[in-house]
Amino acid sequence: MGLLDRIGVRSPWILHFDTGSCNGCDLEVWALLTPRYDVERFGGVNRANPKQADILLITGPVTKKCEDRLRNLYEQVPEPKLVMACGNCASTGAPFHNCYNVCQGVDKVIPVDVYVPGCAARPEALIDGLIKALSMWEEKARAAREVKG
Amino acid sequence: MSRTTIIPIGPQHPAFLEPLNVSLELKEERVVGATLNLGYNHRGMEHALSLDYKKSQYLVERVCGICSNHHSAAYCQTVEAIYGVEVPERARIIRTITMECQRITSHLLALGHIAEVVGYENLFMQCFRERELVMRLVNEITGNRVHYSTNVIGGVKRDIDAAMERRIEDVMSDLRPRLEELHAIFSRDSTFVKRTKGIGKLTREQAIDWCVVGPVARASGVAQDVREDGFAAYDRVRLRPVVREEGDCYARTMVRMDECLRSVDLIEECLPLLKEGSVVLSVKGHPSGEGISRVEAPRGELMYYVKAIGKLQLDRVKIRTPAFVNVPAVQAMLPGARLADVPVITVSLDPCICCTDR
Repeated sequence: MGLLDRIGVRSPWILHFDTGSCNGCDLEVWALLTPRYDVERFGGVNRANPKQADILLITGPVTKKCEDRLRNLYEQVPEPKLVMACGNCASTGAPFHNCYNVCQGVDKVIPVDVYVPGCAARPEALIDGLIKALSMWEEKARAAREVKG
Repeated sequence: MSRTTIIPIGPQHPAFLEPLNVSLELKEERVVGATLNLGYNHRGMEHALSLDYKKSQYLVERVCGICSNHHSAAYCQTVEAIYGVEVPERARIIRTITMECQRITSHLLALGHIAEVVGYENLFMQCFRERELVMRLVNEITGNRVHYSTNVIGGVKRDIDAAMERRIEDVMSDLRPRLEELHAIFSRDSTFVKRTKGIGKLTREQAIDWCVVGPVARASGVAQDVREDGFAAYDRVRLRPVVREEGDCYARTMVRMDECLRSVDLIEECLPLLKEGSVVLSVKGHPSGEGISRVEAPRGELMYYVKAIGKLQLDRVKIRTPAFVNVPAVQAMLPGARLADVPVITVSLDPCICCTDR
């Protein structure tokens, strides 16, 4: 494995998108970026550009109006990509079960790799989910490189 | 060259935390018009809340995570008004303490956000570092960081014991010098002042025309604060509303910064008021009748209307959130501004799209 490969798989860029969340999980995602939890030490950086993102971090139960926008963002993210659903409502739509304007979870719209439970998801749970996502993404990125040769 | 260009910003944009779409009409670098497109966050909360009034005590916090405790306090006050019961005094003081704690976290979030938008990442980190102190304190008081779930119809679920009172005192005395340090940076730092002073003006007349509330109104010289009506325990403490006259982004930021310090004062004033007593009152039967209640959320006046029909279901829950009236006022502030200042102006309103759309 070359030097670039090793650096590349260690620093994915994260794209955060709110698809109708109550901001509870968003607050905790912001808390992750700041001094006490600081996820940058694991290599992930929050950048709001889908074209350069590797991990798509979604909060919220996906409202009908956000559905197409989310699909659009997902298609813009280059392969290999990974989707992380943060919080109960992104995972299952739970608190907003049977509400007329929600799609009941991110996995009804795009495929999801990591689910983080909690309402709102606690920063510790989010870090745990992110570590899982990072190791999964590392595998995916390595596999993609091997195919390319 | 007088052709206008239309630039859409959002729903996914680095400056906005939440999905919000603004179509800007530009003449070269100047904004001449702005159209808001909302509704990305509409979940149908008012319908969901009217399904079960008991479960709604907790669901109502999911309207907005930043001012969750204010939402549940307003809802519980409304249902208590329908029952016609008086909440125990100790519970009212505990509600006031948690509401003021949440005001500090919400304002520090808004301050951090505007610091990041003007490009001062270090200050953003500092705001969030101090905010984390209050988040951890609230976690100890109520057991949760975001949705406290501590307000119930008739009082609060968790009491504050003597050890916790001391802990709150300690955290507040630790927090005060830190907030004063932040205050000095926000008021004097040239990087910040140059980006915000004179930007996004909202005159007193415009503020009244657009019906803005909360810190946005108070920064434009409209001295309006629902806390003066004395809900919860606000009739027992000394309120000193922060009012400024300038009406620009700087004034709005400084109003929030001053209010953080006032909140620390209020919490310290509330603690000695705590007298022995119960914290929850049991109510019997399903509510029946109409009720209305207002609280001062971090973003301004929050109003609840509930119509109960003596069943588990409610006939109607109507929520009028502060962001719902503040966000459209961006259309009055943007014309005449430069394109580069648009994120600063929008964020200085402290927009909360989940409140606006519900």
